[in-house]
Amino acid sequence: MKKEYTLTIFTENKIGLLHRITVIFTRRHLNIDSLNTSESEIRGIYRFTIVVSTTETMVQTVTKQIEKQIGILKAFYHTEEEIVYQEIALYKVPTKAFAHGDDVESLIRKFNARVLTIEPEYIVVEKTGHKTETQQLFRELESYGILQFARSGRIALTKQIREITSYLKELEQQQKESEEEVLTYN
Amino acid sequence: METKTKSKGAAKKKAAEKMTGAEALIKSLLAEDVDTIFGYIGGAIMPVYDALFNYEDQLKHVMVRHEQGAIHAAQGYARTKRKPGICFTTSGPGATNLVTGLADAMLDSTPLICITGQVGASLLGSDAFQETDVVSVSMPITKWNHQITTAEEIPEVMAKAFFIANSGRPGPVVIDITKNAQFEELEYEYEATNRVSSYVPKPKTRLSEVEKAAELINDCQKPLVLLGQGVSISGAETEFKEFVEKAGLPVASTLLGLSAFPTNHSLYTGMLGMHGNYAPNINTNKCDLLIGIGMRFDDRVTGNLNTYAKQAKVIHIEIDPSEIDKNVKTDVAINADAKQALELLIPKIKKNSHEEWLETFSELHEIEFEKVISKDVHPPAGKMHMGEVVNTLSELTKGEAIIVTDVGQHQMASARYYGFQKQNSWISSGGLGTMGFGIPAGMGVALAKPDRPIFVLVGDGGFQMTVQELGTIAQYNLPVKIILLNNNFLGMVRQWQQLFFSNRYSSTELKNPDFLMISEGFGVPAKQISERDDLKAALQDMLDLDGPFMLEVKVEKEGNIFPMVPAGGTVSEMRLD
Ligand SMILES: Cc1ncc(C[n+]2csc(CCOP(=O)(O)OP(=O)(O)O)c2C)c(N)n1
Repeated sequence: MKKEYTLTIFTENKIGLLHRITVIFTRRHLNIDSLNTSESEIRGIYRFTIVVSTTETMVQTVTKQIEKQIGILKAFYHTEEEIVYQEIALYKVPTKAFAHGDDVESLIRKFNARVLTIEPEYIVVEKTGHKTETQQLFRELESYGILQFARSGRIALTKQIREITSYLKELEQQQKESEEEVLTYN
Repeated sequence: METKTKSKGAAKKKAAEKMTGAEALIKSLLAEDVDTIFGYIGGAIMPVYDALFNYEDQLKHVMVRHEQGAIHAAQGYARTKRKPGICFTTSGPGATNLVTGLADAMLDSTPLICITGQVGASLLGSDAFQETDVVSVSMPITKWNHQITTAEEIPEVMAKAFFIANSGRPGPVVIDITKNAQFEELEYEYEATNRVSSYVPKPKTRLSEVEKAAELINDCQKPLVLLGQGVSISGAETEFKEFVEKAGLPVASTLLGLSAFPTNHSLYTGMLGMHGNYAPNINTNKCDLLIGIGMRFDDRVTGNLNTYAKQAKVIHIEIDPSEIDKNVKTDVAINADAKQALELLIPKIKKNSHEEWLETFSELHEIEFEKVISKDVHPPAGKMHMGEVVNTLSELTKGEAIIVTDVGQHQMASARYYGFQKQNSWISSGGLGTMGFGIPAGMGVALAKPDRPIFVLVGDGGFQMTVQELGTIAQYNLPVKIILLNNNFLGMVRQWQQLFFSNRYSSTELKNPDFLMISEGFGVPAKQISERDDLKAALQDMLDLDGPFMLEVKVEKEGNIFPMVPAGGTVSEMRLD
């Protein structure tokens, strides 16, 4: 059964890693619904958040195939319930839409959106939330004419208690052991 | 163990020395005990070749006739020596000619380090002459790749390349070096490494899983062990034998597992998969415990996964965690190096013999023998069969030669009928099925193990894919004995056309050249036979000879390889004819 999964991938800051990751999805003919990357809580370690819709077996295999790439520290996949996530959307609407009554204004209030900038010709509105929410505001604003629209990739934090630093410590430990092993086997 | 030994002596830190990037590269190779390089020169790698010129007494460079030849030769070398094979090529076309070999090495877990020249760093991305984005092109078919744009990176990146290529599950590495980095000077210091951040080559073995596996083994009635190349890669042939002998476990080999276990052993039941043996395929769907060791349940082994060994519990011993549960769901997974896992398992398993169960393999083998093997090996009359050629070769060499093959019917005949007695004696393109692999791979093997008899079996199609390497064989007088099994067809594909496309032989019949003239033209002596009576003597003559030789054997044009599990079919429904 297909379901939405969010992958969280921790990587070193190396050129080409994004390519190595996306190739794995391409090979499986998987569409990436959204992708975001930024530096994580640890300096020099990057966090990729990727959303895909697929089966659990597939996401499991893909996660392992990603984790085995050199330069990838750790890869996880999570269901919606296991993460706290957010997206941001920007809407550019003509200023004149605000001229008739207070429809648009009440929409903004209702959706907990905010106005980023007001120009003579257009207004830019920002809304953070889940895709369904940003999409709903999109639909509501559509009748006023949306000049431009952009939605960011999902960013997500996991609810699990164990933090990446603890995984990294374990990784380091494993490497040490593995190193010793390579030596003892010689 | 030869595989993982690094000569720390040579690689010790020395006081820094000033030199060019090109020379540093050569020095790095020497520090890693490289003795042979396969390559082809061109503009973007000229500084490296110029530096090599001063080290020719320490580093043998084999100048091939095509870069594909270089990489397949490096693969043959690497798989025989169990250490990284080295290639040099220029940028652009030189580098792209490596693609097939990289893909092959990736699928067959072969350690390689390919050094590709690249245009100067200032020209990168500008569509300069012979510029190709080699790092992007090779990304999905390398274990690791990296572009070096400054000379000072060279020693560290090379150390990393050697460690990554040959540790864990081995694989190919591409190092792309811009021309300026080859020219520039650096302070050279080399230190071999066995640590790369983010990379854990040997997973930590979980003893609880080993215990569980032992329990399943001790309790089962009808076990079947699937032997993969991982056993040879980890140098675990002895442990493997001890393991199966102790618990009396029948053994079936994957294509690449061949030669890790002697074929005349009472526990050996044959090869798995599409053109494997009848007994292990049928019994895959009868066993109660399947134990895969250093293998990856490839679709050529499993056929239809929905009908594959559903009745059995599955133990999977595998070093690459991403292979576990990828195709076949396991009951117990030991994510470990085969040697280590087996060492831990042996004391925990009970002595046993599964005689009645083993007997069922013999019965099934009898059926295959009568319906297929006897006719292949001793055809009553008519043209020669591939099976009898391989069988005669096996008898004459007592199963002790190194067999290298190309891809097609002759490959399957070789796998089925050569009676391997020595380990590390089978080099064939498994995962990628690369026609053109055989002849160049044979050159690499000949350089790795010059004192063992080396036979390359090849079809008339594949022979013409890398025929130019006969020139290399002649130039270096490599003791490669080529047996060309000529059926005047792209035989394996013709067989499929006969069986699955109503005999419509679309583009499979060949109008062949005079192979003797071709071979002799390159300087490789050759002979052709077409009569059964000449076979033994011709093979013996070839075996007795020192240098290279090419024997063309005219075989039955429309012979088929049986038994067979059609693609996507059920293993237990293997066809005997
Ligand atoms: C590079 C490449 N191209 C095409 C194929 C598909 N293919 C597989 S076997 C085969 C026929 C091989 O014919 P030949 O070399 O004459 O050997 P035979 O099967 O007759 O022994 C072909 C075309 C392949 N495996 N590799």
